[in-house]
Amino acid sequence: MPHDHPEHHHEGMSPSGHPYRADDDTALSYWQAMEIAVRELLIEKGETSAEAVQRQIDAMDSRSPANGAAVIARAWADPAFKARLLDNAGDASREMGFDIGPMHLIAVENTPAVHNVIVCTLCSCYPRNLLGLPPDWYKSRAYRSRTVREPRAVLSEFGLDLPDDVTLRVHDSTADMRYIVLPAQPPGTDGWPEDRLAALVTRDSMIGTGLPKAPA
Amino acid sequence: MAERVRIRSMMPPGHVRAPAYLRGKTGVIERPLGIFANPEKLAYRLPAEKRPLYRVRFTMAELWGDAAERPADTLDAEIYAHWLEPLED
Amino acid sequence: MGGQDAGPVPQAGHDFALWEKRVDALMILGSQAGHFTVDGLRRALEDMGEDAFETMTYYERWIAAINQNLIEAGVYSIEELGRKMEEVQARATTYGEAAGG
Repeated sequence: MPHDHPEHHHEGMSPSGHPYRADDDTALSYWQAMEIAVRELLIEKGETSAEAVQRQIDAMDSRSPANGAAVIARAWADPAFKARLLDNAGDASREMGFDIGPMHLIAVENTPAVHNVIVCTLCSCYPRNLLGLPPDWYKSRAYRSRTVREPRAVLSEFGLDLPDDVTLRVHDSTADMRYIVLPAQPPGTDGWPEDRLAALVTRDSMIGTGLPKAPA
Repeated sequence: MAERVRIRSMMPPGHVRAPAYLRGKTGVIERPLGIFANPEKLAYRLPAEKRPLYRVRFTMAELWGDAAERPADTLDAEIYAHWLEPLED
Repeated sequence: MGGQDAGPVPQAGHDFALWEKRVDALMILGSQAGHFTVDGLRRALEDMGEDAFETMTYYERWIAAINQNLIEAGVYSIEELGRKMEEVQARATTYGEAAGG
């Protein structure tokens, strides 16, 4: 692939065929100019190509909480898979065909007596290779600062009031592991097919700031 | 590695993965995680030796004292072996 | 940061802009090419100081950290960056036009 290959695309559309987002029309900022400059220098020097950048964007765009929901649903439906998930969540996700790269993933299980919640106080570590990019609040100073000290107050802001007889376990992703919460299966859903179960699994329920949806 | 450990309380400048709020606090090893390249070397583009990494569990009472929302709630964090001091039971 | 006082968790989110997705892609590609590690990026982010957290957005901080690491790795020079940024800023007044797509 020649590294000076020009980007071909329709006017007003990104190379992936989507309309540009509104802030492409706002004044060019210093940091946006730096992004363009860094990317073009890397392409000029043959370090990467416009196509490789777009492929990487497409790969990340293809990841979403739906991937995690499929993993959780299978764990609810299949006790043997659940055991493998709790033993090594990365390998269990790969077994389902998800390309999560070299990510080390640990699943932590919610039970009637234990609720888990994930945070990264040092930066913004998140199981992005399974769930896609983290929500803005996960990267906020408030969430990162307070979740280790007053996690119950933080969960209340998300509408989740934990009873006092439930132990809360906070997981700070300080180094090389990433975490996903295995929520408790909602009552009344035994025997459901995996796609119906997956529809109950929300992104927040896999971070621990929410619970799965109740069956309709 | 002892079951009970204390996180070293030293505060050197530079990039480390032991959060300041855990320094000097006592916890228990939740599980060993294997060996990983030392981030304190990687951060400075230096050859990095592999170091054992552990998940350490603390009670909220240990971390925050009377300010803890519920003392028996816990916090787990990944800490490299060179930040852990083994404690006698 | 962990354990410090702070206000309510901001619940409003935003869709990522193309330039933000490109920063994210450059982070992955530069790391895969061996030009830096995530630890090198985190070190650069921390060295920006607490102020950067208040005055810069998430991906503004990340492109600054990526650039810092690429210069340290010798992929391009400060002079090359300076000239290229001048050229980019002279092209147009919006991101879409300056990026040429």
